[in-house]
Amino acid sequence: MARIIAGVASSHVPAIGAAIDNHRTEEPYWKRVFSGFEKSKEWMAKAKPDVCIAVYNDHASAFSVEFVPTFALGCAAEFPPADEGWGPRPVPVVKGHPQLAAHIAQSVILDEFDLTVVNKMEVDHGLTVPLNLLFGSPKEWPCPVIPLAVNVVLYPPPTGHRCFMLGRAIRKAVESYPEDLRVVVFGTGGMSHQISGPRAGLINKKFDTAFLDNLTKDPAKLTRMPHVEYMREAGAEGVEMVMWLVMRGALDDKVEEVYRYYTVPASNTAVGHIILENKPRGAGRRPAARKRAAARKAKTAKAAKTPARRAAAHAKPTVIRGR
Amino acid sequence: MAREHKDYEDIPGTFVFDQERSRQGYGINMFCMSLMKEDNRKAFKANEAEYLKRFKLTPEQTDAILRRDYNRMLELGGNIYFTAKLGATDGHSFQHLAAVMTGSTQEDYAKMMLGGGRSIEGNRSKSGKSKSGKVAAAKPVRAAKGGKAAKGKSKTRSKARSKRG
Repeated sequence: MARIIAGVASSHVPAIGAAIDNHRTEEPYWKRVFSGFEKSKEWMAKAKPDVCIAVYNDHASAFSVEFVPTFALGCAAEFPPADEGWGPRPVPVVKGHPQLAAHIAQSVILDEFDLTVVNKMEVDHGLTVPLNLLFGSPKEWPCPVIPLAVNVVLYPPPTGHRCFMLGRAIRKAVESYPEDLRVVVFGTGGMSHQISGPRAGLINKKFDTAFLDNLTKDPAKLTRMPHVEYMREAGAEGVEMVMWLVMRGALDDKVEEVYRYYTVPASNTAVGHIILENKPRGAGRRPAARKRAAARKAKTAKAAKTPARRAAAHAKPTVIRGR
Repeated sequence: MAREHKDYEDIPGTFVFDQERSRQGYGINMFCMSLMKEDNRKAFKANEAEYLKRFKLTPEQTDAILRRDYNRMLELGGNIYFTAKLGATDGHSFQHLAAVMTGSTQEDYAKMMLGGGRSIEGNRSKSGKSKSGKVAAAKPVRAAKGGKAAKGKSKTRSKARSKRG
């Protein structure tokens, strides 16, 4: 059975990609940004996921205004880097995992998330910058990556609650995939930034810190936050932080925060980064908790015996009801 | 027709790219998208006004593009990720565009960012009626260092009146 072992959130500032591509990572300005990801790269090298699911947004690269899918799942075998006006970034082609992606599409659509399935797509800095930050600059990305593009460009993006619930549905899909795969989910974008209009340059560290705290401990609170609050407090483009809630929804209710980094600025943006681990299933639990878990398992097995009950179990929301 | 009032219209210095602007600005954004291709960039640079005739633009939109009035482009339905392609065609960095939109020099803007960015204090609300974030802002904060750098340089700041600010 596949399972999600951890979630990683990171900003995806294009200037970070440009700094890597133009070999400027040792300059003091950029060194400050990259130093925050040294430990993360070590963590990732140890975590060795078999597959990553990367929740990101396209920036007028693959999708123009001709069509704007709210959630688009990349089901292709590969996703070449997009030409964003300066030629494609010199990063490896992102290899997908078509089998798992197809399984996720089938599962979450039946769970009432009407995804757009994408079989041909180029990916921009929104996806490739976080990969660089966590994997460095290898010749090939070390594992397949399934892109999940979320519209956060055309208002309104999906609500934070919807994003969180999609994460839940993705978790369910992954956990019903028969192959033993260890999956890491990326949430990307943010943190506070406004890059448009007279208020450009807005940074709100207090908002960002509270967001990081709640992401770990009380994501339900974040799912209730309306878009206007993001835009007001974290900048017009800060609303893209809803994508982090897809990642958080894909994790267990209780997670361990193993790492966090925050710095201002990278170009126009506050850079935020967090790594959240699911606790290992079974291991490390107190005996009483193990007993409860076993009881739950037995109950579920029993419930699944009749078709009607199975349907009921399927329909049962695993919800944070926020709205 | 006047824009419907939306809750986010109260945010100062901000043009939210919403459904109405998207409808209105389709021509601007498709024009910007066309600049992804080298041939189109050349044709545009050779004769800007002529090139713009290929797109469905109002006279105001054409004027805003020709004058490189980035805020006006946003107001008339352009989106920043698209208009940035026009900036790139002109050979400008993104930070240059940001500085232009805030009415400051790139140097001052970069300094403000290094100092922690534009402070949220005083930049929350046009009306001053906004309640600050339940999640984010339980306690008043010290103004970020960058606030000082930005002071007096932003039109937004002087317009914004916030009870919390």
